[in-house]
Amino acid sequence: MTTSIDLPQLQALIDRGVTLIEVLPEAEYEAEHLPGSINIPLKQLTPASVEQIDRSQPVVVYCWDAL
Amino acid sequence: MSPRAACRLEQFGFAEVYDFVHGKSFWLGSGLPTEGPDASSPRVGAAADLEVPVCTLGATVATARQRIADADGWDQCIVTDDDGIVAGRLRASALDAPDETLVDDVMEPGPTTVRPDFDLDELRDRMQDRNVASTLVTEPSGRLVGVYRRSS
Repeated sequence: MTTSIDLPQLQALIDRGVTLIEVLPEAEYEAEHLPGSINIPLKQLTPASVEQIDRSQPVVVYCWDAL
Repeated sequence: MSPRAACRLEQFGFAEVYDFVHGKSFWLGSGLPTEGPDASSPRVGAAADLEVPVCTLGATVATARQRIADADGWDQCIVTDDDGIVAGRLRASALDAPDETLVDDVMEPGPTTVRPDFDLDELRDRMQDRNVASTLVTEPSGRLVGVYRRSS
């Protein structure tokens, strides 16, 4: 089950080492994104698109906001 | 979008998946660094006063006056519900009401708000055009973050 996290928890995970994925469309990612994040738009999130992601690390996904 | 993405990643076999529910808007509004051509734009959230006079629905005008007096340098009090969701604002004129008057009855309901990630320069321009001294800053849920004052 996915765990929802807040900002302090995200920062702790970033310090620990995490794969950060922005799932918004490419244009939004390109304009501005969290440092170190990669972009896999939700519509492109397939087994092939995540093949190269290190599964030994935690993964955090984010979009624009909670709504 | 992110909850669906998290679900899919778990379906793909990822064992440790987290959803940063507040998203990029919250990160931006917190004044944290970002990357990309828009990264240097200042945001309202980083410039807002976070310590503001607040009272809850059902409080009296006397309570609101005290909150303002305690805060020093403010001429308004924000009214929220018990969860911190903005319900209204009390300006100086409303504070002349009798002590026992409920804030609910004299507040300005549904004040204009902006999100923490709103572009600061754009807000300043709008406030100047409309001669507005302060603007409430809230999360998408309506929860109060703070108040941006043009004198800041």
